[in-house]
Amino acid sequence: MAGPILRFEGVAMRYGRAPEVLKDIGFELSPGSFHFVTGASGAGKSSLLKLIYLAERPSRGRIELFSRDVDAVAPADRPFLRRRIGVVFQEFRLLEHLSAFDNCALPLRIAGQKPESYRGDIAELLGWVGLKGRMHALPATLSGGEKQRLAIARAVVARPDILLADEPTGNVDDALALRILRLFVELNRLGTTVLIASHDEDLVARSGQPVFHLENGRLTAFGRGGGR
Amino acid sequence: MTDLFDPARWKPGPLLPRRDARDGALVFVVAVLCFLACLTAIGAMAADRGARGWTSQLSDSATVVVRARGAESPDAAAARAAETLAGVPGVAEARALEKEKAEALLEPWLGREALLDDLPIPRLVTVELDPKKPAKAAALDSALKAAGVDATVDDHSRWIGDIERSAGIARWAALGVGLLIAAAAAAVIGFATRAGLAAHRDVIEVLHLSGAESGFVARLFQARFARTAALAGLFGAAGAAIIAALARLAGGGDGLTPVLPVAWTDLAVVLPAPIIAALTAAVSARLAAMGMLKELG
Repeated sequence: MAGPILRFEGVAMRYGRAPEVLKDIGFELSPGSFHFVTGASGAGKSSLLKLIYLAERPSRGRIELFSRDVDAVAPADRPFLRRRIGVVFQEFRLLEHLSAFDNCALPLRIAGQKPESYRGDIAELLGWVGLKGRMHALPATLSGGEKQRLAIARAVVARPDILLADEPTGNVDDALALRILRLFVELNRLGTTVLIASHDEDLVARSGQPVFHLENGRLTAFGRGGGR
Repeated sequence: MTDLFDPARWKPGPLLPRRDARDGALVFVVAVLCFLACLTAIGAMAADRGARGWTSQLSDSATVVVRARGAESPDAAAARAAETLAGVPGVAEARALEKEKAEALLEPWLGREALLDDLPIPRLVTVELDPKKPAKAAALDSALKAAGVDATVDDHSRWIGDIERSAGIARWAALGVGLLIAAAAAAVIGFATRAGLAAHRDVIEVLHLSGAESGFVARLFQARFARTAALAGLFGAAGAAIIAALARLAGGGDGLTPVLPVAWTDLAVVLPAPIIAALTAAVSARLAAMGMLKELG
Protein backbone atom coordinates (compact mmCIF):
# COMPACT_ATOMS: atom_id res chain seq x y z
CA MET A 1 0.00 0.00 0.00
CA ALA A 2 1.28 3.49 -0.88
CA GLY A 3 2.30 5.83 1.95
CA PRO A 4 0.34 8.93 2.93
CA ILE A 5 0.12 11.74 0.38
CA LEU A 6 0.21 14.26 3.25
CA ARG A 7 1.51 13.95 6.79
CA PHE A 8 1.57 16.54 9.62
CA GLU A 9 3.74 15.82 12.66
CA GLY A 10 3.55 18.18 15.66
CA VAL A 11 2.94 21.16 13.38
CA ALA A 12 2.40 24.67 14.75
CA MET A 13 1.99 27.94 12.94
CA ARG A 14 1.94 31.61 13.77
CA TYR A 15 1.64 34.82 11.74
CA GLY A 16 4.69 36.97 12.49
CA ARG A 17 5.09 37.27 16.26
CA ALA A 18 1.41 36.71 17.02
CA PRO A 19 0.37 33.71 19.16
CA GLU A 20 0.20 30.34 17.42
CA VAL A 21 -2.97 29.80 15.41
CA LEU A 22 -2.26 26.08 15.00
CA LYS A 23 -0.75 23.92 17.73
CA ASP A 24 0.63 20.40 17.68
CA ILE A 25 -1.28 19.26 14.62
CA GLY A 26 -0.72 15.69 13.58
CA PHE A 27 -2.63 13.70 10.93
CA GLU A 28 -2.16 12.06 7.58
CA LEU A 29 -4.13 11.65 4.36
CA SER A 30 -4.00 8.57 2.17
CA PRO A 31 -4.02 8.97 -1.60
CA GLY A 32 -7.57 9.09 -2.94
CA SER A 33 -9.13 9.88 0.46
CA PHE A 34 -11.86 12.46 1.12
CA HIS A 35 -11.85 14.47 4.36
CA PHE A 36 -13.50 17.50 5.86
CA VAL A 37 -11.90 19.93 8.30
CA THR A 38 -14.49 21.55 10.50
CA GLY A 39 -14.36 24.12 13.24
CA ALA A 40 -15.72 27.49 14.20
CA SER A 41 -14.61 30.63 12.43
CA GLY A 42 -11.02 31.38 13.57
CA ALA A 43 -10.34 27.79 14.60
CA GLY A 44 -7.45 27.60 12.12
CA LYS A 45 -9.03 25.80 9.12
CA SER A 46 -7.77 28.30 6.50
CA SER A 47 -4.32 28.40 8.11
CA LEU A 48 -4.15 24.61 7.94
CA LEU A 49 -4.93 24.71 4.23
CA LYS A 50 -2.37 27.50 3.67
CA LEU A 51 0.32 25.27 5.12
CA ILE A 52 -0.66 22.52 2.70
CA TYR A 53 -0.71 24.70 -0.40
CA LEU A 54 2.64 26.19 0.65
CA ALA A 55 1.43 29.74 1.15
CA GLU A 56 2.77 29.68 4.73
CA ARG A 57 5.47 27.80 6.61
CA PRO A 58 5.10 26.03 9.95
CA SER A 59 6.76 27.64 12.98
CA ARG A 60 7.58 24.13 14.21
CA GLY A 61 6.88 20.53 13.36
CA ARG A 62 7.22 18.68 10.09
CA ILE A 63 5.01 18.50 7.01
CA GLU A 64 5.50 15.78 4.43
CA LEU A 65 3.84 16.35 1.08
CA PHE A 66 4.09 13.73 -1.66
CA SER A 67 6.65 12.01 0.59
CA ARG A 68 8.88 15.11 0.70
CA ASP A 69 9.68 17.24 3.72
CA VAL A 70 8.35 20.62 2.55
CA ASP A 71 10.87 22.50 4.66
CA ALA A 72 13.70 20.84 2.73
CA VAL A 73 12.23 21.61 -0.70
CA ALA A 74 14.37 24.13 -2.59
CA PRO A 75 12.58 27.41 -3.48
CA ALA A 76 13.01 26.59 -7.18
CA ASP A 77 11.12 23.30 -6.69
CA ARG A 78 8.19 24.70 -4.70
CA PRO A 79 6.24 25.84 -7.81
CA PHE A 80 6.31 22.26 -9.10
CA LEU A 81 4.85 20.97 -5.83
CA ARG A 82 2.15 23.66 -5.95
CA ARG A 83 1.15 22.50 -9.44
CA ARG A 84 0.13 19.17 -7.92
CA ILE A 85 -2.29 20.93 -5.57
CA GLY A 86 -5.62 22.42 -6.66
CA VAL A 87 -7.04 25.13 -4.42
CA VAL A 88 -10.54 26.55 -4.25
CA PHE A 89 -10.04 29.75 -2.30
CA GLN A 90 -12.70 31.01 0.07
CA GLU A 91 -12.91 34.32 -1.79
CA PHE A 92 -12.50 32.59 -5.22
CA ARG A 93 -9.48 34.73 -6.23
CA LEU A 94 -10.43 34.81 -9.91
CA LEU A 95 -8.50 37.20 -12.16
CA GLU A 96 -11.03 39.93 -12.84
CA HIS A 97 -9.57 41.02 -16.17
CA LEU A 98 -9.70 37.54 -17.67
CA SER A 99 -12.65 35.61 -19.08
CA ALA A 100 -14.02 32.50 -17.37
CA PHE A 101 -12.24 30.44 -20.05
CA ASP A 102 -8.91 32.20 -19.40
CA ASN A 103 -9.30 31.85 -15.64
CA CYS A 104 -9.94 28.15 -15.98
CA ALA A 105 -6.95 27.72 -18.32
CA LEU A 106 -4.55 29.51 -15.95
CA PRO A 107 -2.90 26.47 -14.26
CA LEU A 108 -2.28 24.82 -17.64
CA ARG A 109 -0.81 28.01 -19.05
CA ILE A 110 1.48 28.32 -16.04
CA ALA A 111 2.53 24.70 -16.53
CA GLY A 112 3.63 25.70 -20.03
CA GLN A 113 1.08 23.67 -22.00
CA LYS A 114 0.15 24.76 -25.53
CA PRO A 115 -3.38 26.25 -25.86
CA GLU A 116 -4.27 23.87 -28.68
CA SER A 117 -3.62 20.92 -26.37
CA TYR A 118 -6.19 21.97 -23.75
CA ARG A 119 -8.80 24.19 -25.43
CA GLY A 120 -11.23 21.30 -25.81
CA ASP A 121 -10.70 20.08 -22.22
CA ILE A 122 -11.45 23.53 -20.78
CA ALA A 123 -14.67 23.82 -22.78
CA GLU A 124 -15.71 20.35 -21.61
CA LEU A 125 -14.84 21.09 -17.97
CA LEU A 126 -16.71 24.41 -17.98
CA GLY A 127 -19.69 22.59 -19.47
CA TRP A 128 -19.41 19.99 -16.69
CA VAL A 129 -19.61 22.69 -13.98
CA GLY A 130 -22.56 24.34 -15.76
CA LEU A 131 -20.74 27.31 -17.30
CA LYS A 132 -21.04 26.31 -20.94
CA GLY A 133 -22.77 29.53 -21.93
CA ARG A 134 -20.56 31.74 -19.74
CA MET A 135 -17.10 30.91 -21.05
CA HIS A 136 -16.42 34.41 -22.36
CA ALA A 137 -17.88 36.18 -19.31
CA LEU A 138 -15.71 38.23 -16.97
CA PRO A 139 -15.87 37.22 -13.29
CA ALA A 140 -17.58 40.51 -12.39
CA THR A 141 -20.60 39.47 -14.47
CA LEU A 142 -20.87 36.00 -12.88
CA SER A 143 -23.17 35.17 -9.96
CA GLY A 144 -21.70 33.89 -6.67
CA GLY A 145 -22.53 30.31 -7.59
CA GLU A 146 -21.01 30.66 -11.06
CA LYS A 147 -17.82 32.14 -9.57
CA GLN A 148 -17.68 29.26 -7.14
CA ARG A 149 -17.99 26.68 -9.92
CA LEU A 150 -15.41 28.51 -12.02
CA ALA A 151 -12.99 28.50 -9.06
CA ILE A 152 -13.55 24.74 -8.70
CA ALA A 153 -13.00 24.19 -12.42
CA ARG A 154 -9.72 26.12 -12.23
CA ALA A 155 -8.63 24.10 -9.20
CA VAL A 156 -9.18 20.74 -10.91
CA VAL A 157 -8.28 21.52 -14.53
CA ALA A 158 -4.65 20.40 -14.17
CA ARG A 159 -5.81 17.13 -12.50
CA PRO A 160 -4.09 17.81 -9.17
CA ASP A 161 -3.15 15.04 -6.78
CA ILE A 162 -4.77 16.95 -3.90
CA LEU A 163 -7.77 19.26 -4.05
CA LEU A 164 -8.15 21.74 -1.20
CA ALA A 165 -11.31 23.80 -0.82
CA ASP A 166 -11.79 26.55 1.74
CA GLU A 167 -15.48 27.02 2.61
CA PRO A 168 -16.57 26.13 -0.92
CA THR A 169 -20.26 26.34 -0.03
CA GLY A 170 -20.02 29.47 2.08
CA ASN A 171 -21.76 31.76 -0.40
CA VAL A 172 -24.28 29.48 -2.03
CA ASP A 173 -27.73 28.12 -1.24
CA ASP A 174 -28.36 24.57 -0.02
CA ALA A 175 -29.21 23.17 -3.44
CA LEU A 176 -26.05 24.53 -4.99
CA ALA A 177 -24.01 23.42 -1.96
CA LEU A 178 -25.18 19.85 -2.52
CA ARG A 179 -24.37 20.12 -6.22
CA ILE A 180 -20.86 21.33 -5.41
CA LEU A 181 -20.43 18.51 -2.90
CA ARG A 182 -21.42 15.98 -5.59
CA LEU A 183 -18.80 17.57 -7.85
CA PHE A 184 -16.11 16.96 -5.23
CA VAL A 185 -17.26 13.40 -4.67
CA GLU A 186 -17.09 12.84 -8.42
CA LEU A 187 -13.55 14.21 -8.57
CA ASN A 188 -12.58 12.03 -5.62
CA ARG A 189 -13.92 8.98 -7.45
CA LEU A 190 -11.56 9.89 -10.29
CA GLY A 191 -8.65 9.55 -7.84
CA THR A 192 -8.10 13.05 -6.46
CA THR A 193 -7.45 13.33 -2.73
CA VAL A 194 -9.91 15.90 -1.37
CA LEU A 195 -9.72 18.02 1.77
CA ILE A 196 -12.50 20.52 2.38
CA ALA A 197 -12.56 23.13 5.15
CA SER A 198 -16.12 23.94 6.09
CA HIS A 199 -18.17 25.14 9.01
CA ASP A 200 -21.37 23.89 7.31
CA GLU A 201 -22.14 21.06 9.77
CA ASP A 202 -25.24 19.95 7.83
CA LEU A 203 -23.33 19.51 4.62
CA VAL A 204 -20.55 17.64 6.39
CA ALA A 205 -23.11 15.39 8.11
CA ARG A 206 -24.84 14.63 4.82
CA SER A 207 -21.56 13.72 3.14
CA GLY A 208 -20.75 10.84 5.43
CA GLN A 209 -17.02 11.52 4.89
CA PRO A 210 -14.33 11.48 7.62
CA VAL A 211 -13.89 14.73 9.54
CA PHE A 212 -11.04 16.47 11.38
CA HIS A 213 -12.30 18.95 13.93
CA LEU A 214 -10.27 22.00 14.91
CA GLU A 215 -10.81 24.02 18.06
CA ASN A 216 -8.62 26.98 18.97
CA GLY A 217 -5.89 25.76 16.67
CA ARG A 218 -5.85 22.19 18.00
CA LEU A 219 -7.10 19.05 16.35
CA THR A 220 -9.62 17.86 18.91
CA ALA A 221 -11.59 15.15 17.21
CA PHE A 222 -11.55 12.80 14.29
CA GLY A 223 -14.87 11.37 13.22
CA ARG A 224 -17.15 10.74 10.32
CA GLY A 225 -19.80 13.06 8.88
CA GLY A 226 -23.25 11.92 9.90
CA GLY A 227 -21.86 9.64 12.55
CA ARG A 228 -20.99 12.27 15.16
CA MET B 1 -27.51 32.91 -20.78
CA THR B 2 -25.20 32.02 -23.68
CA ASP B 3 -22.26 33.74 -25.30
CA LEU B 4 -20.87 33.51 -28.81
CA PHE B 5 -17.54 32.24 -27.56
CA ASP B 6 -15.80 29.68 -29.76
CA PRO B 7 -13.19 27.71 -27.77
CA ALA B 8 -11.49 26.61 -30.99
CA ARG B 9 -10.59 30.24 -31.74
CA TRP B 10 -9.60 31.16 -28.21
CA LYS B 11 -6.24 32.83 -27.63
CA PRO B 12 -4.84 33.32 -24.12
CA GLY B 13 -5.53 36.77 -22.69
CA PRO B 14 -2.86 38.92 -21.03
CA LEU B 15 -2.04 37.75 -17.51
CA LEU B 16 -1.60 41.35 -16.36
CA PRO B 17 -4.40 43.87 -16.94
CA ARG B 18 -3.68 45.69 -20.21
CA ARG B 19 -3.94 49.21 -18.92
CA ASP B 20 -2.84 50.86 -15.78
CA ALA B 21 -3.57 54.40 -14.63
CA ARG B 22 0.14 54.85 -13.86
CA ASP B 23 1.27 53.97 -17.39
CA GLY B 24 0.67 57.49 -18.76
CA ALA B 25 2.66 59.15 -15.98
CA LEU B 26 5.49 56.63 -16.35
CA VAL B 27 5.66 57.17 -20.13
CA PHE B 28 5.86 60.91 -19.54
CA VAL B 29 8.64 60.71 -16.91
CA VAL B 30 10.75 58.21 -18.88
CA ALA B 31 10.20 60.19 -22.11
CA VAL B 32 11.46 63.36 -20.40
CA LEU B 33 14.50 61.51 -19.04
CA CYS B 34 15.26 60.05 -22.47
CA PHE B 35 14.79 63.47 -24.05
CA LEU B 36 17.33 64.99 -21.64
CA ALA B 37 19.77 62.10 -22.12
CA CYS B 38 19.56 62.39 -25.92
CA LEU B 39 20.00 66.17 -25.83
CA THR B 40 23.02 65.72 -23.55
CA ALA B 41 24.53 63.20 -25.96
CA ILE B 42 23.92 65.41 -28.99
CA GLY B 43 25.32 68.43 -27.11
CA ALA B 44 28.41 66.46 -26.09
CA MET B 45 29.01 65.31 -29.66
CA ALA B 46 28.61 68.82 -31.02
CA ALA B 47 30.88 70.30 -28.33
CA ASP B 48 33.48 67.63 -29.07
CA ARG B 49 33.31 68.41 -32.79
CA GLY B 50 33.66 72.14 -32.06
CA ALA B 51 36.67 71.53 -29.82
CA ARG B 52 38.31 69.26 -32.39
CA GLY B 53 37.75 71.87 -35.11
CA TRP B 54 39.31 74.62 -33.06
CA THR B 55 42.23 72.44 -31.98
CA SER B 56 42.89 71.42 -35.56
CA GLN B 57 42.81 75.02 -36.77
CA LEU B 58 45.15 76.15 -34.00
CA SER B 59 47.60 73.26 -34.24
CA ASP B 60 48.00 73.69 -38.00
CA SER B 61 49.18 77.25 -37.67
CA ALA B 62 51.43 79.57 -35.66
CA THR B 63 51.56 83.32 -35.22
CA VAL B 64 54.83 85.22 -35.11
CA VAL B 65 55.04 88.75 -33.65
CA VAL B 66 57.89 90.66 -35.33
CA ARG B 67 59.54 93.79 -33.88
CA ALA B 68 61.65 95.98 -36.14
CA ARG B 69 65.27 96.54 -35.13
CA GLY B 70 67.43 99.58 -35.85
CA ALA B 71 66.71 101.29 -39.14
CA GLU B 72 64.76 98.36 -40.60
CA SER B 73 61.12 99.21 -41.13
CA PRO B 74 58.49 96.96 -39.49
CA ASP B 75 57.19 95.92 -42.92
CA ALA B 76 60.67 94.94 -44.07
CA ALA B 77 61.30 93.00 -40.84
CA ALA B 78 57.98 91.16 -41.27
CA ALA B 79 58.74 90.35 -44.90
CA ARG B 80 62.18 89.01 -43.93
CA ALA B 81 60.68 86.92 -41.15
CA ALA B 82 58.07 85.47 -43.55
CA GLU B 83 60.77 84.64 -46.06
CA THR B 84 62.92 82.98 -43.37
CA LEU B 85 60.00 80.96 -41.99
CA ALA B 86 58.86 79.80 -45.44
CA GLY B 87 62.19 78.01 -45.75
CA VAL B 88 61.85 76.03 -42.50
CA PRO B 89 60.93 72.34 -43.03
CA GLY B 90 57.33 71.66 -41.89
CA VAL B 91 56.06 75.11 -42.93
CA ALA B 92 53.56 75.15 -45.79
CA GLU B 93 53.24 78.91 -46.04
CA ALA B 94 54.34 82.04 -44.16
CA ARG B 95 52.68 85.33 -44.85
CA ALA B 96 53.28 88.80 -43.31
CA LEU B 97 50.08 90.61 -42.38
CA GLU B 98 49.78 94.12 -43.78
CA LYS B 99 49.94 97.03 -41.35
CA GLU B 100 46.21 97.71 -41.87
CA LYS B 101 45.34 94.18 -40.82
CA ALA B 102 47.54 94.40 -37.73
CA GLU B 103 45.87 97.70 -36.83
CA ALA B 104 42.46 96.18 -37.39
CA LEU B 105 43.34 93.44 -34.88
CA LEU B 106 44.41 96.03 -32.30
CA GLU B 107 41.54 98.42 -32.89
CA PRO B 108 39.04 96.72 -30.61
CA TRP B 109 41.45 97.17 -27.67
CA LEU B 110 43.12 100.53 -28.44
CA GLY B 111 40.45 102.36 -30.42
CA ARG B 112 40.84 104.09 -33.81
CA GLU B 113 42.20 107.37 -32.41
CA ALA B 114 45.02 105.73 -30.48
CA LEU B 115 46.46 104.05 -33.56
CA LEU B 116 48.78 106.92 -34.44
CA ASP B 117 51.18 106.58 -37.31
CA ASP B 118 54.20 106.84 -35.02
CA LEU B 119 52.97 104.14 -32.62
CA PRO B 120 55.23 101.12 -33.05
CA ILE B 121 52.71 98.51 -34.11
CA PRO B 122 54.26 95.02 -34.13
CA ARG B 123 53.81 93.14 -37.39
CA LEU B 124 52.36 89.67 -37.51
CA VAL B 125 53.38 86.75 -39.65
CA THR B 126 50.90 83.94 -39.99
CA VAL B 127 52.48 80.55 -40.54
CA GLU B 128 50.54 77.61 -42.04
CA LEU B 129 52.21 74.40 -40.94
CA ASP B 130 52.44 71.20 -42.90
CA PRO B 131 49.66 69.13 -41.28
CA LYS B 132 51.56 65.86 -41.92
CA LYS B 133 54.81 66.98 -40.30
CA PRO B 134 54.31 70.35 -38.64
CA ALA B 135 57.39 72.35 -37.68
CA LYS B 136 57.98 72.82 -33.93
CA ALA B 137 57.86 76.29 -32.37
CA ALA B 138 61.54 75.89 -31.34
CA ALA B 139 62.56 75.29 -34.98
CA LEU B 140 60.74 78.45 -36.07
CA ASP B 141 62.32 80.41 -33.20
CA SER B 142 65.87 79.29 -34.03
CA ALA B 143 65.42 80.04 -37.72
CA LEU B 144 64.32 83.58 -36.86
CA LYS B 145 67.19 84.05 -34.40
CA ALA B 146 69.66 82.81 -37.01
CA ALA B 147 68.27 85.38 -39.46
CA GLY B 148 68.62 88.11 -36.82
CA VAL B 149 64.89 88.79 -36.57
CA ASP B 150 63.52 89.96 -33.21
CA ALA B 151 60.33 87.93 -32.95
CA THR B 152 58.14 85.87 -30.65
CA VAL B 153 56.62 82.60 -31.88
CA ASP B 154 53.20 81.58 -30.60
CA ASP B 155 52.27 78.02 -31.63
CA HIS B 156 48.88 78.29 -29.81
CA SER B 157 49.82 75.36 -27.54
CA ARG B 158 48.44 77.18 -24.50
CA TRP B 159 45.05 77.61 -26.17
CA ILE B 160 45.02 74.08 -27.53
CA GLY B 161 45.63 72.74 -24.02
CA ASP B 162 42.79 74.87 -22.65
CA ILE B 163 40.40 73.75 -25.38
CA GLU B 164 41.33 70.09 -24.98
CA ARG B 165 40.88 70.38 -21.22
CA SER B 166 37.47 72.03 -21.69
CA ALA B 167 36.42 69.41 -24.23
CA GLY B 168 37.51 66.64 -21.86
CA ILE B 169 35.51 68.18 -19.00
CA ALA B 170 32.48 68.51 -21.30
CA ARG B 171 32.78 64.84 -22.34
CA TRP B 172 33.03 63.59 -18.72
CA ALA B 173 30.21 65.92 -17.66
CA ALA B 174 28.01 64.57 -20.46
CA LEU B 175 28.84 61.00 -19.48
CA GLY B 176 28.08 61.79 -15.81
CA VAL B 177 24.78 63.46 -16.68
CA GLY B 178 23.89 60.55 -18.98
CA LEU B 179 24.60 58.00 -16.23
CA LEU B 180 22.67 60.07 -13.70
CA ILE B 181 19.68 60.19 -16.03
CA ALA B 182 19.88 56.42 -16.67
CA ALA B 183 20.04 55.81 -12.91
CA ALA B 184 17.04 58.11 -12.38
CA ALA B 185 15.13 56.27 -15.12
CA ALA B 186 16.00 52.90 -13.55
CA ALA B 187 14.89 54.14 -10.12
CA VAL B 188 11.61 55.49 -11.52
CA ILE B 189 10.92 52.24 -13.34
CA GLY B 190 11.88 50.21 -10.27
CA PHE B 191 9.47 52.29 -8.21
CA ALA B 192 6.74 51.90 -10.84
CA THR B 193 7.33 48.13 -10.92
CA ARG B 194 7.01 47.87 -7.16
CA ALA B 195 3.83 49.96 -7.31
CA GLY B 196 2.59 47.72 -10.14
CA LEU B 197 3.41 44.61 -8.15
CA ALA B 198 1.59 46.01 -5.13
CA ALA B 199 -1.43 46.96 -7.25
CA HIS B 200 -1.54 43.51 -8.86
CA ARG B 201 -0.63 41.57 -5.75
CA ASP B 202 -3.86 39.58 -6.03
CA VAL B 203 -2.93 38.50 -9.58
CA ILE B 204 0.62 37.66 -8.55
CA GLU B 205 -0.51 35.62 -5.55
CA VAL B 206 -2.89 33.58 -7.70
CA LEU B 207 -0.15 32.95 -10.27
CA HIS B 208 2.31 32.12 -7.51
CA LEU B 209 -0.05 29.72 -5.72
CA SER B 210 -0.98 28.11 -9.03
CA GLY B 211 2.64 27.06 -9.44
CA ALA B 212 4.11 29.93 -11.46
CA GLU B 213 7.87 30.21 -11.08
CA SER B 214 9.28 33.59 -10.00
CA GLY B 215 10.94 34.02 -13.40
CA PHE B 216 7.58 33.52 -15.13
CA VAL B 217 5.92 36.30 -13.08
CA ALA B 218 8.99 38.57 -13.33
CA ARG B 219 8.99 38.18 -17.12
CA LEU B 220 5.43 39.53 -17.27
CA PHE B 221 6.52 42.74 -15.54
CA GLN B 222 9.79 42.83 -17.43
CA ALA B 223 8.02 42.67 -20.79
CA ARG B 224 5.38 45.19 -19.77
CA PHE B 225 7.81 47.82 -18.49
CA ALA B 226 10.26 47.23 -21.35
CA ARG B 227 7.43 47.98 -23.82
CA THR B 228 6.37 51.09 -21.87
CA ALA B 229 9.96 52.36 -21.64
CA ALA B 230 10.64 51.65 -25.33
CA LEU B 231 7.60 53.74 -26.24
CA ALA B 232 8.69 56.50 -23.86
CA GLY B 233 12.24 56.29 -25.22
CA LEU B 234 10.87 56.70 -28.72
CA PHE B 235 8.99 59.87 -27.73
CA GLY B 236 12.00 61.31 -25.86
CA ALA B 237 14.43 60.49 -28.67
CA ALA B 238 12.11 61.96 -31.30
CA GLY B 239 11.73 65.16 -29.23
CA ALA B 240 15.50 65.54 -28.83
CA ALA B 241 16.08 64.84 -32.54
CA ILE B 242 13.54 67.51 -33.49
CA ILE B 243 15.19 70.11 -31.22
CA ALA B 244 18.65 69.25 -32.59
CA ALA B 245 17.36 69.37 -36.17
CA LEU B 246 15.86 72.81 -35.51
CA ALA B 247 19.21 73.97 -34.07
CA ARG B 248 20.97 72.64 -37.19
CA LEU B 249 18.46 74.31 -39.52
CA ALA B 250 18.60 77.61 -37.61
CA GLY B 251 22.40 77.75 -37.49
CA GLY B 252 23.40 76.15 -40.79
CA GLY B 253 26.68 74.24 -40.95
CA ASP B 254 28.05 75.93 -37.84
CA GLY B 255 25.04 74.98 -35.77
CA LEU B 256 23.19 77.38 -33.52
CA THR B 257 26.48 78.66 -32.07
CA PRO B 258 30.09 77.95 -33.06
CA VAL B 259 30.49 76.18 -29.70
CA LEU B 260 27.88 73.55 -30.65
CA PRO B 261 28.18 72.78 -34.35
CA VAL B 262 25.41 70.14 -34.63
CA ALA B 263 25.78 67.82 -37.62
CA TRP B 264 22.95 65.81 -39.16
CA THR B 265 24.84 62.63 -38.29
CA ASP B 266 24.67 63.59 -34.59
CA LEU B 267 20.95 62.90 -34.72
CA ALA B 268 21.73 59.20 -35.12
CA VAL B 269 22.84 59.13 -31.47
CA VAL B 270 19.16 59.09 -30.42
CA LEU B 271 18.47 55.83 -32.29
CA PRO B 272 19.57 53.44 -29.50
CA ALA B 273 17.62 55.43 -26.86
CA PRO B 274 14.40 53.32 -27.03
CA ILE B 275 16.45 50.11 -26.84
CA ILE B 276 18.56 51.36 -23.93
CA ALA B 277 15.41 52.59 -22.15
CA ALA B 278 13.73 49.20 -22.70
CA LEU B 279 16.79 47.28 -21.43
CA THR B 280 17.12 49.55 -18.38
CA ALA B 281 13.41 49.07 -17.66
CA ALA B 282 13.59 45.31 -18.13
CA VAL B 283 16.52 44.93 -15.73
CA SER B 284 15.03 47.31 -13.18
CA ALA B 285 11.59 45.65 -13.36
CA ARG B 286 13.08 42.17 -13.06
CA LEU B 287 15.12 43.10 -9.98
CA ALA B 288 12.10 44.71 -8.32
CA ALA B 289 9.79 41.82 -9.21
CA MET B 290 12.22 39.10 -8.10
CA GLY B 291 12.77 40.95 -4.81
CA MET B 292 9.05 41.05 -4.06
CA LEU B 293 8.43 37.47 -5.21
CA LYS B 294 11.16 36.24 -2.88
CA GLU B 295 9.09 37.59 -0.02
CA LEU B 296 6.15 35.41 -1.11
CA GLY B 297 8.36 32.34 -0.71
